[in-house]
Amino acid sequence: MSDNSYTPDSKLGKWFNDRLPLLTLSKHLQDYPTPKNLNYWWTFGGILTFCLITQIVTGLILAMHYVAHADMAFESVEHIMRNVNYGWLIRYVHANGASMFFLAVYIHIFRSLYYGSYKSPREMIWILGMIIYLLMMMTAFMGYVLPWGQMSFWGATVITNLFSAIPLIGESITTWLWGGYSVGNPTLTRFFSLHYLLPFLILGLVVLHIWALHVPGNNNPIGIELKKPSKDTVPFHPYIVIKDLFALLIFLIIFAFFVFYSPNILGHADNYIEANPLVTPAHIVPEWYLLPFYAILRSVPDKLLGVIAMFAAIFVLVILPWLDTSKVRSAIFRPLYKQFYWFLVADVLILGYMGAMPAEGTYLLIARVATGYYFIHFLIILPLLGHKEKTLEVPMSIMEPVLGGSANPSFTKSLKKNI
Amino acid sequence: MKYTKIFLLLITFLTFISVSTAAENSKKLLNPGWSFKGYFGKFDRASLQRGYQVYTEVCAACHSMKYLNYRNLAENGGPEFSVEQAKIIASQFEVEDGPNSDGDMFTRPARLSDKFVSPYPNDEAAKAANGGAYPPDMSVLVKARKGGANYIYSLLLGYEDPPPSVSLDDGVYYNAYMSGNKIKMANPLSENIVQYIDGTASTEEQMAKDVVTFLAWAAEPHLESRHKMGFKAILYLFVITILVYFSMKKIWSRVETKV
Repeated sequence: MSDNSYTPDSKLGKWFNDRLPLLTLSKHLQDYPTPKNLNYWWTFGGILTFCLITQIVTGLILAMHYVAHADMAFESVEHIMRNVNYGWLIRYVHANGASMFFLAVYIHIFRSLYYGSYKSPREMIWILGMIIYLLMMMTAFMGYVLPWGQMSFWGATVITNLFSAIPLIGESITTWLWGGYSVGNPTLTRFFSLHYLLPFLILGLVVLHIWALHVPGNNNPIGIELKKPSKDTVPFHPYIVIKDLFALLIFLIIFAFFVFYSPNILGHADNYIEANPLVTPAHIVPEWYLLPFYAILRSVPDKLLGVIAMFAAIFVLVILPWLDTSKVRSAIFRPLYKQFYWFLVADVLILGYMGAMPAEGTYLLIARVATGYYFIHFLIILPLLGHKEKTLEVPMSIMEPVLGGSANPSFTKSLKKNI
Repeated sequence: MKYTKIFLLLITFLTFISVSTAAENSKKLLNPGWSFKGYFGKFDRASLQRGYQVYTEVCAACHSMKYLNYRNLAENGGPEFSVEQAKIIASQFEVEDGPNSDGDMFTRPARLSDKFVSPYPNDEAAKAANGGAYPPDMSVLVKARKGGANYIYSLLLGYEDPPPSVSLDDGVYYNAYMSGNKIKMANPLSENIVQYIDGTASTEEQMAKDVVTFLAWAAEPHLESRHKMGFKAILYLFVITILVYFSMKKIWSRVETKV
């Protein structure tokens, strides 16, 4: 990186920076050369950082009033909603914030899939991202258990029971996870403890994720390597900062509509009924962001295989950089991949919908087909596509098509349409 | 490419519609029009006060409301009884307190700081008195039922004679909106069961609407301040978004790329 030789102007700054080069870091972050053709799908990294901080800050305040005890948790949440000053606001921001966090992370992941951001040399960014995603799901799941409503209790029962599918030691593992012979107070207290811990692990991984990003630099919509800095890049500050801020504000408006005008629409009514081990809800459904995996789990008739399929669905994402054999990154230059990409988007949406429906009849059939296609996409289509697909001509630089350097007019057209 | 996208969208939505219509066969909920819905929604004060009367004279015989305090009745955004009125309301209930300096428990009239007194000492007593069915606590009932206020309103007005094909056991009633159509609560409302202090005619519809308004407030006591703050927050966000947009345009005008 070119900014290693940075020296602060002031004497104090120099003294400080020689001992702890924070100012060099700050300078690096300001100057960080960023492709100038990034579209708004690239603003979700900043939005996600905002979401994480919001969750940590609101969560910190909630933890001051929440009581992690099976007999008092539900009441303490009502106490927050009724008696704590602006407690309703903090809780609704936290609860809807989780949904907004996942909405943003799904856009972030699908952006990466479309533009091939996971490919060499960015595999580490992708893998770190997938670990963050996995930790997010665990954190969100445990957070949903804390209000100790009916869905909390039964969701926790269903998910922790998955581990009992492991042969021989499964039952012991489940008992160990519960701290008893069913979901109960020990389960609640440990979930609270872990729910508090994991966000800080996520924060640490986010730092690594950004660090790994700053080594090769951002990918960009046309997916080519850029000379940095060059005519193709702009410094992060102020160009990207202001653009990320604008996108964040739009995101916040949507966020605010949920928090202030339909704060419970993304939750389940049953979670306002206090947990009761003797009454099972008619349909146990997880939060919407876990539904595609829930659909995969249920579409396999065997319990153990279902659990394996669910974890495999995440694992294929982790090894994606090696499954996708195409040398071309961006879908803009991959006409076939582009179609399969949209098939995958539709497939995941259908899986999500089926996850919310009872696992029977037509629903189950559709869920099975969609599960099959999910794996076919990653394990068969992507590896083959890299060899078979005839990709379009990739430009040498971002400025080239604008300056009329492309020999292929149809390419320029497709570029205009897609950026 | 364009056609693939349209085709996919079509397939996805058709799947959603076909399966969701197959699932929807329950009766459409009644909606009397609630003053507290919408971006500027507020509770109807008079309706809340009447609703409290219905709750306390009818529902409270079996249903507790354990997360509310008597002081809530006098707070902003609620029924807004005067503090004096709320004190009188509270004093009509007896609560157990203690131990006193002799180590004995005693009863005294409730104060504003006390929680709503429950009709039964515990859940088991509640079940025993109601044929094994637990009358749910009403503090968050509106949020705990799919369909919310509309659902409870519909349920209250949904008592019908059972169709000939349905046979009912003793203590079980037919309700058009209950899942499975069988409910253990007898029709709680009948014309003039409550004599409204403000002289409003107590028809079943009126009482149902008032008590559901009261329950909606009980479940979401800060709804009015939430709506007010939401409007201000979103207006602020809109203004600052516009300002940031033009700043962004200005900054990016230095490079030839559009944002």
